[in-house]
Amino acid sequence: MTMTGAQVLIKALEFEGVDVVFGVPGGAILPAYDPIHDSPIRHVLARHEQGAGHMAQGYAWATGRVGVCIATSGPGATNLVTPLADCLMDSVPMVAITGQVATTAIGNDAFQEAYTTGITMAATKHNYLVTDVADIANTVHEAFHIAATGRPGPVLIDVPKDVLNAEVEWADPVSLEMPGYKPTTDPHPRRLKEAVRRIEAAERPVLYVGGGIIKAEAAEALTAFAEVSNVPVVTTLMGRGAIPDSHPLTLGMSGMHGTYTATTAIQKSDLLIAVGVRFDDRVTGDPEYFAPGAEVIHADIDPAEIGKVRAAEIPIVGDARKVLEGFLAAWDDRGTPDRTDWIETIRRWQRDKPLAYDQTPDGPIKPQYVIEEIHRLTKGDAILVAGVGQHQMWASQFWKFEEPRRWLNSGGLGTMGFAVPAAVGAKAGMPDELVFAVDGDGCFQMTFQELITASVENIPVKIAVFNNGVHGMVRQWQRLFYDERFSGSELGTSDIDYVKLAEAMGCAGLRAATADEVAPAIEKALAVDDRPVVIEFVVDPDEMVWPMVPAGGSNDIVLTGPEDL
Amino acid sequence: MKESTLSVLVEDKAGVLARVSSLLARRGFNIHSLAVGPTSEPHLSRMTIVVEAPELEQVKKQLNKLVNVVKITELDQVQTVEQEVMLIRVASGGGKRTEILELAQIFDATPVDVSPSSIMFSITGPPRKVNDFLDLVRPHGIVELVKSGRVALARDAKNRRAKAV
Repeated sequence: MTMTGAQVLIKALEFEGVDVVFGVPGGAILPAYDPIHDSPIRHVLARHEQGAGHMAQGYAWATGRVGVCIATSGPGATNLVTPLADCLMDSVPMVAITGQVATTAIGNDAFQEAYTTGITMAATKHNYLVTDVADIANTVHEAFHIAATGRPGPVLIDVPKDVLNAEVEWADPVSLEMPGYKPTTDPHPRRLKEAVRRIEAAERPVLYVGGGIIKAEAAEALTAFAEVSNVPVVTTLMGRGAIPDSHPLTLGMSGMHGTYTATTAIQKSDLLIAVGVRFDDRVTGDPEYFAPGAEVIHADIDPAEIGKVRAAEIPIVGDARKVLEGFLAAWDDRGTPDRTDWIETIRRWQRDKPLAYDQTPDGPIKPQYVIEEIHRLTKGDAILVAGVGQHQMWASQFWKFEEPRRWLNSGGLGTMGFAVPAAVGAKAGMPDELVFAVDGDGCFQMTFQELITASVENIPVKIAVFNNGVHGMVRQWQRLFYDERFSGSELGTSDIDYVKLAEAMGCAGLRAATADEVAPAIEKALAVDDRPVVIEFVVDPDEMVWPMVPAGGSNDIVLTGPEDL
Repeated sequence: MKESTLSVLVEDKAGVLARVSSLLARRGFNIHSLAVGPTSEPHLSRMTIVVEAPELEQVKKQLNKLVNVVKITELDQVQTVEQEVMLIRVASGGGKRTEILELAQIFDATPVDVSPSSIMFSITGPPRKVNDFLDLVRPHGIVELVKSGRVALARDAKNRRAKAV
């Protein structure tokens, strides 16, 4: 059957099982929008391409499938750069499709022309410029394969308008030869055996696990291995939910704003079993002082992560689930080691240095209290989404994560404004789940227009906005390291009427200004299911995130509050 | 910093050179020279990259992540034939022509263009030989020069050993 390139493109997306795409149309991509009109694929019209990209990202995180976003050439494509870079940092599988000016116009500074493949080269796992209509279907097939396999990541396909308009016979895509792309997923058995031997013999082992566990669907294997080997588990920001927070071996998040116990357990360990992590600077602080007494077993799907920051005594390249299942198999009939001393030491840290905040009945609302109240009233049964900053850290600290894929945030790139669009994408992919975002007012003001998308498209997310009138994390650093000179961090919008703003966008708007208004506001929000809801919480602008390891410092020095300064 | 030579087999696709050079740049690795050309396989090209990097392992691993990079071989200097081409125009006025031509003869440098005031030579060989020639003619005055960048292939060490036995 003869079809246009545009029809092939949309059919190729259907062939990959795509059920929803997030996008914004425009001149060069216009031919592709015509067949979308007849396709079973749902198109969610974002208000900005960055929103479309983060929606696809939220969709991918929550569902485990590849997220898809579409934009036109030029500004449409450049607006996708942030979500692409975000997906690359956090290893989120996404396929972005962009229109391009006609092949005859490329390089001539045509209207809405940008060198999209060049611009996104460093923000994608791979990208394509399709110049032959006969290549479209196979390119889409290849792109989905690259996005979803190995270390997942974003792939961009740039399609010139004349290629979309050209005609070709449809042929089912075939698996292409990719001689340069063969991810290693099976760990080396001898390394697994050696690792297990050392884990059994270690006195103070710690499992240090991250987003790789979530991507590889390795959560069950992780919990099983932690139990059989009796090893406490520290998760990174991206790894929250890899093991239930209610599990006795869970120590929470480590690093710059991690729990004292998690950070210190790593510092004092004699064996670090790192799986699906990349020794990010937010975790390690100054790497020279990171876990100084520990041997390192480092397993990752990406060989380039092993030895990048910290040399590994036992490097293991492989899929996190296969690694952990391999550990379990190699553990065989070894008994569960007695680590009473180590566990007791950890329990003492947990008792002495718990996460803490002080919510007084008459005082300003503490953001941590709001997070705990949302958790209590939803029974934790929600996909939690956060932006970037103080609220993100509090959400990671005070929410109790019990399952993987229920915690979405921008970890590596740290993209403010992530929460609203990512929540919309997650809800579009998981319509039966409660999707709750917590967002700072600084973040919210970057992308709140996507709530218009949410209300128009009937995607009822709940957004808790922490109104402290400032860029809170910036202000915290200015307080601690810049002599309280709050340069450029005051939004000047503490009086903005978020209720009216929400209502103007077709959402329900609620407000809580005192501690006793917090729970009723959340309850009211949970009762609304026909519209998105925005709840404004007027929170204490002076609250700071603790514990804290100052940037570039040693993780031996964990400040647990202002009194430690 | 240590110089290393990598022989990188890549798919012959548009933009591969940009991918490789952009990756090296953004990871902070310094490219000393980069030569690229076709191989005997129609879909493959070979890049010879001389790179300065404290962690060569990282360079190799990062390059391997590029979808179009097929194979990377690190070439050690002993087991490798390295060659470079240089075109150099040397000032030859003031009766120095004979002296320069004698020098060129020692180095097997071929005169390819002669004018009353200068001679252009073509010289091919291992980088050290090319550099030595450059150093010796430098006092005469270099008008302009261009180097091809290094190309290199590993010696067939395995087979040679077999023959020796």
